[in-house]
Amino acid sequence: MRDLTQELLELVRLTSTNLPPDVEKTLREALEREEPGTAAHNALQTILANVEMTRRNSTPICQDTGTPIFFVRYPEGWSPRRLREQIKAAVAEATRKTYLRPNAVDSLDGKNTGNNLGDEHFPTIHFEEADDDTLTVELILKGGGCENVGAQYSLPSDRLQAGRDLEGVRRAALDAVWQAQGEGCAPGFLGISIGGDRGTSYIASKQALLRKVDDQNPDPRLAELEERITSEANQLGVGPMGFGGKSTVLGTKITATHRLPASFFVTVSYMCWAYRRRKMTVAGDQVSYE
Amino acid sequence: MAIKLSIPASDEAIRALHVGDSVLLSGVMITGRDAVHKWLADTFIKKTRPPQGDDLAVYQAIRPILDGGMIYHCGPVVGGLDTKQYRFVAAGPTTSIREEPYQGDVMRHFNLKGVIGKGGMGAKTLQACQDVPGVYLHAIGGAASLIAESVKQVLTVYKLDFGVPEAIWVIEVVDFPAVVTMDSHGASLHVDVREKSKEALDRLLG
Repeated sequence: MRDLTQELLELVRLTSTNLPPDVEKTLREALEREEPGTAAHNALQTILANVEMTRRNSTPICQDTGTPIFFVRYPEGWSPRRLREQIKAAVAEATRKTYLRPNAVDSLDGKNTGNNLGDEHFPTIHFEEADDDTLTVELILKGGGCENVGAQYSLPSDRLQAGRDLEGVRRAALDAVWQAQGEGCAPGFLGISIGGDRGTSYIASKQALLRKVDDQNPDPRLAELEERITSEANQLGVGPMGFGGKSTVLGTKITATHRLPASFFVTVSYMCWAYRRRKMTVAGDQVSYE
Repeated sequence: MAIKLSIPASDEAIRALHVGDSVLLSGVMITGRDAVHKWLADTFIKKTRPPQGDDLAVYQAIRPILDGGMIYHCGPVVGGLDTKQYRFVAAGPTTSIREEPYQGDVMRHFNLKGVIGKGGMGAKTLQACQDVPGVYLHAIGGAASLIAESVKQVLTVYKLDFGVPEAIWVIEVVDFPAVVTMDSHGASLHVDVREKSKEALDRLLG
C-alpha cells in the first residue's frame, strides 16, 4: 500500500485555501441579486475578494479551519489503519504549514494539542470499503460558528406545529435558519437529514453537504422540498452576515434515512459560505482532485 | 465613504458613529475570545478565582491597551510560531454572542470602547455601549486572509498557554475594515433584522 501523506496534505491545502468553483459561482450569483451600496452587497464583495486572494496566496479562506471531516472509500485490501495514520500525518503537517489552525482542544483541561490531532474522533474519519479499485477521500472543513447553529428536531413539535411529514421538515428547517440569523456566516448551505437516530442523523446531514450545489436530488419529493426551503429561507431577509438582504441560504441538500417507529429526527447541519469541501481520487498511479 | 477611526478612541468619536457606518480602524488592539473573557471575568471582575502565575502581570500589561481601546473576537492562524517572528496569516472574526455573559462587564471595567466580531451581541452589551460609550463593530466573517492584510504587526502575545486561537495577541492594524452594527445610542441592526425576519418566518409558517 503506497504512502499518500503528501497527496493528502495537498487535499487539505486545497480544501482550506481554494473555494470550490460551484460554491464561488453561487456566491457571485448572490452578489448580483443584492443592491449595490448595501451592507449585504459590500459583504459579498469582500467575501469574493477574499476567495480570490486565498486561492492566489495559498492561505486559509477562514481562520477557523474547522473540524476536518474525512469520508474515505478504500479498495479491498487497503488498510484503514494505515490510511488513518497518513491522514493524521497530513493534518499535522498542514497545521505546521498554517493551512490549518490548531483546533483540537481537550474538553476537560482546555489544552490545545497544537497539531490538530486529538482523540480518535479528531480529525473525524469515516471509512467504508469500496466495491471497485478506486480510493476516494472527501474532506469537509467545517468551522465552529456554523457548527454551533446546527440543530436537531424531534418531531412532532408543538411549538413549530410540525408533524412527522415533509411539511414538518420544512417548518423545522426554516426555524433553524431563523435561529441561526447571521451567526453561522450567512449566506449558508443546509445539509438536512430526515430520520436515523440522533447520531446517524447528524452524520447523514453532513454527508448531504458532499453534494454539488447545482445537482438534483434523485427523489422528486426531496428535490421539490430543497428548492422550497432555499427559496423561503431567502424570504426571511437575514442576508449576508445577518446584515439583512436577499441571500440567506444558497442551497439545501436533503437525505432521508430509516428510523425507528418511535423517532422522527430532522437534523440541520448549517454550512457557512466558506463551504470548504474537496475530493481526492486515487486510481492506479493517478491522483486527481476536484 | 468609510470613516477613519483611530485607537484609542475618544467618547466624541464613538458617539459620532451610527449603525450602518463603515469604518477603517487603525492603532493597537488585542484579540480575546472565549478563554480570555472568562479569565478576565473570573479573575478580575467577579473575582471568583484568585490570580495565578502571570495573571496580574498580563492584566497590568493589557489594561492601558484596553482603556479607550478595542478587543477583537478572533482566533487567528499565526505563522512563525517556531521562530517567534509572529505574523497573522488568517484573522477573521469569530461569533461574538458567546461573550455576551461577560462583554458588558469587561467594557465597563476597562473603559473598552469597541468590540469587534461577527453575528452581533445582545441586550447587556448594547446597554454597555450606551453607558461607556462604545460600539460593536462587525467584521466580515470568513474574510480571513483579507483582514489579515490589515494587521501590520504582531507586537506581542500573552497567555499563549490558552492555545493559539485563544491567546491574547497584541496587534497593530491599519485600515481594518468593519461596519457599525450596534451603536452608543441604543440602535442595533441585529435587533432589527431579528424582528423583521421573525415576522417573515411567522408568515411562512402560517
